[in-house]
Amino acid sequence: MSTSLSGPGSAEQAPGREPVRRGLPRTSRTARNHAPITATGLVVKVVLLGLVAGIAIWAAFPLVEAEHWVGLGILAATTAGLFYLYLTRRHIPAKYLVPGTLFLIAFQVFPVLYTASTAFTNFGDGHRGSKDDAIVAIQTSSVKQVPGSTEYSLSIATKGDPATGALVFLLSDPKTKEVFAGDAGGLRKLDAGEVTVSSLSGKITAAEGYTILNIGQASGRSDAVTALVVPTSGGAIRSNGLTRAYEGKAVRAYDVGCDCIKDGETGKTWTADAASGSFVAADGERLAQGWKVNVGLKNFSRVLTDPNISGPFFGTLVWNFAFAIGSTGLTFLLGLAIALALHSPRMRGTNLYRILLILPYAMPSFAMLLVWRDMFNTDFGLINNLFGLGVDWFGGSWSARIAVLLVQLWLGYPYMFLVATGALQAIPRELTEATSVDGATPWQSFKAVTLPLLLVALSPLLIASFAYNFNNVNAILFTTEGGPFPADNPRNGATDLLITYTYRLAFGAQGAEYGLATTVSIFIFAIVAIVAAISFSRTRKQEEVYS
Amino acid sequence: MRIRTAGVVAVLGLALAASGCGGSDSDKPAAKETAKAAGGKLVIWADDKRTAALKPFAEEFGKENGVTVEVQAVSKDLQTNFVTASQQGSGPDVVVGAHDWIGNMVQNGAIDPVQLGAEQKSAFNETAIKAVTFNGQLYGVPYATENVALIRNTELAPEAPKTIEDLVTAGKKLKAEKKASEILCLQSGQNGDAYHVYPLYTSGGGYLFGTGANGDYDPKDLGVGKPESIAAFQKIAKLGEKGDGALKRSITGENSIATFTGKKCAFLVSGPWAIADAKKANIKYDISPVPGFAGGKEAQPFVGVQAFYVAAKGKNKALAQEFVTNYVTKPELAVALYKAEPRPPALTAAFDQVKGEDPDLAKFQEAGKNGQVLPAIPAMAAIWDPFGKAEAAIIGGADPAKTITAAGKTIAGQIK
Repeated sequence: MSTSLSGPGSAEQAPGREPVRRGLPRTSRTARNHAPITATGLVVKVVLLGLVAGIAIWAAFPLVEAEHWVGLGILAATTAGLFYLYLTRRHIPAKYLVPGTLFLIAFQVFPVLYTASTAFTNFGDGHRGSKDDAIVAIQTSSVKQVPGSTEYSLSIATKGDPATGALVFLLSDPKTKEVFAGDAGGLRKLDAGEVTVSSLSGKITAAEGYTILNIGQASGRSDAVTALVVPTSGGAIRSNGLTRAYEGKAVRAYDVGCDCIKDGETGKTWTADAASGSFVAADGERLAQGWKVNVGLKNFSRVLTDPNISGPFFGTLVWNFAFAIGSTGLTFLLGLAIALALHSPRMRGTNLYRILLILPYAMPSFAMLLVWRDMFNTDFGLINNLFGLGVDWFGGSWSARIAVLLVQLWLGYPYMFLVATGALQAIPRELTEATSVDGATPWQSFKAVTLPLLLVALSPLLIASFAYNFNNVNAILFTTEGGPFPADNPRNGATDLLITYTYRLAFGAQGAEYGLATTVSIFIFAIVAIVAAISFSRTRKQEEVYS
Repeated sequence: MRIRTAGVVAVLGLALAASGCGGSDSDKPAAKETAKAAGGKLVIWADDKRTAALKPFAEEFGKENGVTVEVQAVSKDLQTNFVTASQQGSGPDVVVGAHDWIGNMVQNGAIDPVQLGAEQKSAFNETAIKAVTFNGQLYGVPYATENVALIRNTELAPEAPKTIEDLVTAGKKLKAEKKASEILCLQSGQNGDAYHVYPLYTSGGGYLFGTGANGDYDPKDLGVGKPESIAAFQKIAKLGEKGDGALKRSITGENSIATFTGKKCAFLVSGPWAIADAKKANIKYDISPVPGFAGGKEAQPFVGVQAFYVAAKGKNKALAQEFVTNYVTKPELAVALYKAEPRPPALTAAFDQVKGEDPDLAKFQEAGKNGQVLPAIPAMAAIWDPFGKAEAAIIGGADPAKTITAAGKTIAGQIK
């Protein structure tokens, strides 16, 4: 979008047009004002701005529905700004910068800020929504049927128009055949003569002065039906679906005065605790439904001080580096070796080899990872059966680490082979030929000429590959799942990377802890950023040396 | 200048046109309103298999009542997706899933209790009703129960073993005669499987949670790490890789059923879902309860229940309640769901109806008769992972006392 938005702009600046305008005064302002408006440029502009407007309007409706006025304001301002920018002929640099900046904010800055802000909360299972949500959930969950109360057959009716009239519950007691009408004002007995009761379902099918809604009509007013409670002495009659009603009582209720939940049956109270985001009783019992609160630096201090997290963190970090360096380095070595072999002018049938070598790269890696997992199975796996081994691959720490590195090697070397082949072809043969004229052995010429030149070209790719493997969730989750785990620690396995460990924290079987997980991911982000910064600065120095 | 004005006009026109396209979206709320007036819309989330079975019934329910019913398949992480979606207010009205989700869904305020009349309740299998009861409230309408049993290849092992020891003896004999390569197919994998090993654990005397006065599981009374659990795992360790070799980490959820249908083992511990494969492979099989240790306690499998839940933040709660409490309680739907996937129906009437056609059902139910309802308390989530990994370590030869004590500690630390 960024390039096409600048379409008309680039047409004005296109080098091909320069000769036409060469005679004109070359101050940019006049050049701009005199640039011809081409039909194509105009159409592109119109289409793109139309799209912007369309997207803005499409995005506005949910915001209005959710009454998210700040968001709506930002949306309106951004859209107006875009229109202003591209309808005037000024601000040329901004025309180029704005699309990229917008995408940067939407897809990079915002997610990072959101992640960072989550790290300061207790967001996770049991603490997902607001306090009001929790109160509603607690109260709704405590509604119990009044013991021994009647189960009514329910017909939903209105006085007047089915879509807008005030709702009334027409109730019939299946045992005594008594009929009632109920609304927010209370329950009123109806005269049996006024109503017609179906003998089959026991429901009221007609009543004088009321319009009975069919299920379709009634379900169209679902919220109102659910909200209507008919007060009774023992509790309230509520609908249960659209054809039955029961007398129920909310046992627990929120009291604003004490900011607590009171249980009407036992008299127990749970007071709101803003620090933990839950209602806690005097005896320490807390209600399951909590809410999201800001916990400050608690997650960070937990990562650093909880021996269950910080203890394995260092060991995992070391293995994480070993894994990332190992997978990148081994695949690079193998890929490069094959590329060199195929680069030799004496090789025949190189195309066939290349096609065969690319095959593993073309397979979906997650499927291949599952296949490899099964191949390493002690009793049924292909590897042990083929070589007559009895290695418990994923059972031992070191064998499991070797196994995942082998899998990585197989999955990754074709990529390294591809890029190394490309880079090799970019190195002029004269250079190596010159060294051989000087009497250097092939190894010496490789070490002194080819490798340094290759590394200059490939270093950024190796760094990127390192960063990717540093957080390679699939490679671990689909093979060992982080295992094997020490007998006394089910949290942190021998092949766990920091990211798989974080994944287990955030989405693991023991319930989601997004707050803690984002904190760990901030640590990971910091580590990767530092490593990448150091390696890039070293690469730059290297480039200066060789260029 | 004229061109520019024309441009502006064109842009405005296009913007309006685009907003007109957007209007098809913006019309939606309005369309919803009219749909509402004509009858509401019910959205149901279920997994792939159940979606197929539900669709015809959902459509019929829709037609009968003049409402639109949409059954959407969520093939992965249904519970997580549902909880996240409901938190954002974009979830369904009804969700179908296992009963051990209840604790987590309730603590996230994602589902509402359902009200069933005494008569309706009595139509269900008692265990099923107990399973969907949480904190004294009924949170879902059950439709199927499930538990593991011992499935036996009758060609290889004509007799049902009375104890695990008998099973091991029979399995070892088959192995010596080269008729089978494994003694027992009980899935564990490198990270263990608490669900499948549970009958052995209970037979050894272990328990997960004690029960409180009201019969609910009590998260404060954790059995893992207690002497009983250590004793149970000492017995399990004897079956492990360093002992009899009946339990192995190389037998995983992916290969256990295939190994059985490949006739490499005579005994499989699995649930009703394994039967389809056994039938396809033409195995002559029989189903019996999972045997316990000689002189040990009764081997109790977990009993799980599949149920329909009413979403707390659904847009059409009244209709959802209507569907779940008055329509799902009909035996016809239970029978149809049984046909989509053969798990014993929770409705007694439906169970009786299909029992005649399928003798396996009664055998599975017999095997689960003394089973324990899988706890639905949120604390249960803390069990699976540490318990399974401890199991795997012990099967691999780790010291049971040390391992289980550590697992108990981890679990206790995770229970809030």
